[in-house]
Amino acid sequence: MAFIPHTPADVEAMLAAIGVPDIQALFDEIPASLRVKSLQGVPTEMNEMQIGRLMSERARADGRPLCFIGAGAYEHHIPAAVWAITTRGEFYSAYTPYQAEASQGTLQLIYEYQTMMASLTGMEVSNASLYDGATGVAEACLMAVRANRKSKSMRILMPRTVNPHYRKVAAATAGNQGLRFEEVAYAPDTGCTALEALQKCAAGEDITAVVIQQPNFFGQLEDVDAITDWAHARGTFVIASVNPTSLALLKPPGEWGTRGADIVVGEGQPLGVPLSSGGPYFGFMTTRMEYVRQMPGRIVGRTVDLSGRPGFTLTLQAREQHIRRAKATSNICTNQGLLMTAATIYLSLMGPVGLERTAAASHAQTRELVAAITAGKGARRAFSGPFFHESVLLLDRPVAPVLATLASRGILGGLDLSEHYPELGHALLVCATETKTQADIDSYVAALADVMQKARAA
Amino acid sequence: MRTAEKVIFEYSRPGRGASDQWPPATLAAATADLPASLRRARRPLLPEVGELEAVRHFTRLSQLNFSIDTHFYPLGSCTMKYNPKACNQYAMLPEFLGRHPLAPESHGQGFLTCLFELQEMLKEVTGMQAVALSPMAGAHGEFAGVAMIRAYHRARGDLARNEIIVPEAAHGTNPATATMCGCTVREIPVDAQGDIDLEALRATVGVNTAGIMLTNPSTLGVFERRIEEVARIVHAAGGLLYYDGANLNAILGKVRPGDMGFDVIHMNLHKTFSTPHGGGGPGAGAVGVGARLQPFLPIPVVGREPPGESGAAPRYRWLTEKDLPQSIGRLSGFMGNAGVLLRAYVYMRMLGREGMSRVGEYATLNANYLMARLRQAGFDAAYPQRRASHEFIITLRRQARDLGVTAMDFAKRLLDLGFHAPTTYFPLLVPECLLIEPTETESRDVLDAFIAAMVQIQNEAEQEPERVTGAPHTMPVRRLDDVRAAKQLDLRWKPTA
Amino acid sequence: MSNVPADLRYTRSHEWIRTLPDGTVEIGITDHAQHALGDLVFVEVPEAGRSLKAGEASAVVESVKAASDVYSPLSGEVTAGNPRLATEPEAVNTDPYGNGWLMRVRPAAASPTEGLMSADDYLKFLETEGG
Repeated sequence: MAFIPHTPADVEAMLAAIGVPDIQALFDEIPASLRVKSLQGVPTEMNEMQIGRLMSERARADGRPLCFIGAGAYEHHIPAAVWAITTRGEFYSAYTPYQAEASQGTLQLIYEYQTMMASLTGMEVSNASLYDGATGVAEACLMAVRANRKSKSMRILMPRTVNPHYRKVAAATAGNQGLRFEEVAYAPDTGCTALEALQKCAAGEDITAVVIQQPNFFGQLEDVDAITDWAHARGTFVIASVNPTSLALLKPPGEWGTRGADIVVGEGQPLGVPLSSGGPYFGFMTTRMEYVRQMPGRIVGRTVDLSGRPGFTLTLQAREQHIRRAKATSNICTNQGLLMTAATIYLSLMGPVGLERTAAASHAQTRELVAAITAGKGARRAFSGPFFHESVLLLDRPVAPVLATLASRGILGGLDLSEHYPELGHALLVCATETKTQADIDSYVAALADVMQKARAA
Repeated sequence: MRTAEKVIFEYSRPGRGASDQWPPATLAAATADLPASLRRARRPLLPEVGELEAVRHFTRLSQLNFSIDTHFYPLGSCTMKYNPKACNQYAMLPEFLGRHPLAPESHGQGFLTCLFELQEMLKEVTGMQAVALSPMAGAHGEFAGVAMIRAYHRARGDLARNEIIVPEAAHGTNPATATMCGCTVREIPVDAQGDIDLEALRATVGVNTAGIMLTNPSTLGVFERRIEEVARIVHAAGGLLYYDGANLNAILGKVRPGDMGFDVIHMNLHKTFSTPHGGGGPGAGAVGVGARLQPFLPIPVVGREPPGESGAAPRYRWLTEKDLPQSIGRLSGFMGNAGVLLRAYVYMRMLGREGMSRVGEYATLNANYLMARLRQAGFDAAYPQRRASHEFIITLRRQARDLGVTAMDFAKRLLDLGFHAPTTYFPLLVPECLLIEPTETESRDVLDAFIAAMVQIQNEAEQEPERVTGAPHTMPVRRLDDVRAAKQLDLRWKPTA
Repeated sequence: MSNVPADLRYTRSHEWIRTLPDGTVEIGITDHAQHALGDLVFVEVPEAGRSLKAGEASAVVESVKAASDVYSPLSGEVTAGNPRLATEPEAVNTDPYGNGWLMRVRPAAASPTEGLMSADDYLKFLETEGG
């Protein structure tokens, strides 16, 4: 019996101790009409060898194409030590650290993580993670509503340059609590959010928060200083949604404008978490100390024990669901602990130099890719102005068939933007990270030229 | 146990680093096009340590933890069962691990087949009509469930229905979720037997009732015997029934929530289906629905293309807003915790139909055995006249009153004796309680050792109470000053100079 | 056995009210309440100038175990929140009827303490509650 250690002798002794004749008697409180007759729809059991074989076949079917897609999930080198340690049973199979004395490993690790994320984002305090970058934006909007005492409108300005899935998640998550999200157009030449557009959308009214993604979904760099100062001048909170690798090179949100952003969120996946078809990832959230009581999720603090020794414990729990119940800041319970563990180990191995070089190399490879593609026929950059490690190209023909042909050759050429941004025309979002060599880029460029050439001739 | 470990920043030395992990230095040339006004001026505070130092540090940290792999962990309502290594190994096959979420479906049929089959198996074991896998934790699944209930009523034009009924013993996520969905909460009492007070329920339902959130077995560790009557009352009043799947392990393979009358359920894959707890996640809170709520499922959901020529393998794809126009929407950046879902898939395939029912049976056997033996040893069960489900409650009210030794003290002393404590002080209804859930993967020997430990602590409480009230004595730290942690907030390491 | 001063009035949600000579009222939480909460780590009091309705959540008291809303027993305008509590939340534990006052309010009604419990009634209420 898989994972059940009982022998018939064990069962007999246990039933005797309880005083029942058989295991079925233990279910005698359950009305007979409710008992399941059979589970025919579930396949028969498999042993480990059999399931191993099945999974290997399925994995092989999916293969390992060369990937040039970014759009919120980024392929970076992950040192072997990261997951060797993260999958240690003491981390992997531990529970939430409610019994602090038995969880000092996890608690101290979270404290170290909080330190790293606060510094990386230029803010004062971090939580222990949220589900992902998308729900992070939703939680940040809810937090801004709670924390921004100067505003009552619950209106949030949401530029179209914010990841389209994130915008959908924010609406689905926070729409039920009365928040109103207002779309802000981007400038067609720069692919960025202009102040005029924000001003027009705000129309002189009370706005609770504005969300700025940096780099934005197109990979373009927004004018974060001007937007931050504009928002603060009118009592609007600034929510920054950022790529953590980029923060090794780019000014962190805590230093945007004169006062810095109010709440920072983002997708932590680039920090040591594999692509794995979209999850599990983790969201990070940092903020100023004055808003710490409005921040959802777990937080670890350092304190002392009865002997005066330093130790770590979950703190400010009164905000959380298991105590405040209906007045909680959020209903989040489980977060993404294992991924945060991987990220902490990753950041420790990479350090400030390694992270900076990863960011620089990713940007360099993307520049190389874009330059090589646009040197050929049929493709040009969609936007002018600075970008970081992702860029939008305009092709002279529909993108979807081009991508399908490239895929059949083992290359995932990027993301077709026609679903989310039809107004751009034949737009392709491409990304290259430090994992792409010159040879990889050459393969892509050659394949693309060939595919486009054949389509032209047809 | 190992004693404490320094904070990693205390190992940092300028210039140290795991340089073989870094790309070569190309900084100036590579980033010359980034505007100066957007560049970072000062490096972030990250550790500067070599690879061995980092490995040693984090390995040592891990050794400060209790975990299922090292200790019996009978946390009630958490289902701390063995996390099979096979699940981890096969979910982390390189092709699954390296696949981009936006890769085309042509390069994802293996992955999508696993997820579709997982949906189908979860439907079958829960008796529901459709399943969505994207919610990323139990609380997230709850949110989806309540949002679907609300969407259902609004779609019918019934805008007044925004009350969610919750038993007073419910887990805190239930009322928190109701509030997040823009609903108000009405609490109803449970009776002395641990069942819902039906009179109170009848008095509470009405035209404002959106639904009721229930766990069955309840958080008191007992089966809601009149669940069919509860379903009738709520449905007759026009409300829907939501099942909190936290305690599904008790009835897996024996009873199905769909058969009990529930319209929507969430499952905790990190509890019942043994995906790892990871020190606080990632979980996965898949939701299942009856036919009424199917149009509102959160996207994406895995769909199967209608079969083409016979003999061809089925093809799978993601269903999105176009396929489910009334969906409550997208709840995750991509498709939820895909890697966790693969682990649950491997687990369910290994168990098969034969193994599913054994889960409920042996989880219940272990809990009843533990309860019977603890009662024989003199401990007070909160509901002694009831069968234990997969968990049960012991109350230490008598010990607290007579000996000044509390449930918290017992919990801390258990740590010294090599057991993670059960859940303490939940549910709030039962004073000085321990909510104990052994799970089916523990042997009788482990249970007997736990009983012996509890007996030892009781003896100490009678003869040498300081031993218990001052516990733990042998852990890396003694009891921690929570008040100071909340008042003197030290939430990040700072360099002293 | 909680301390329940005779000269104050009380609510079922464990607030006390003291009428001050200038006609304003001072509001806090009772000894029973502070004991149930445990050591307070944080207190949020309303700003001067804020107007309150009877029954409205007006302050928050937070301990390690619980965070509770404090409901205003009457309608009126806040004249002051206790500034000491920003740095010394434990004053509510050590001196709940003195230095641990939460807020002062200018009442809207002429007889603001009408309908509130006397000390005797509050003591009886605590007994039935099992407190």
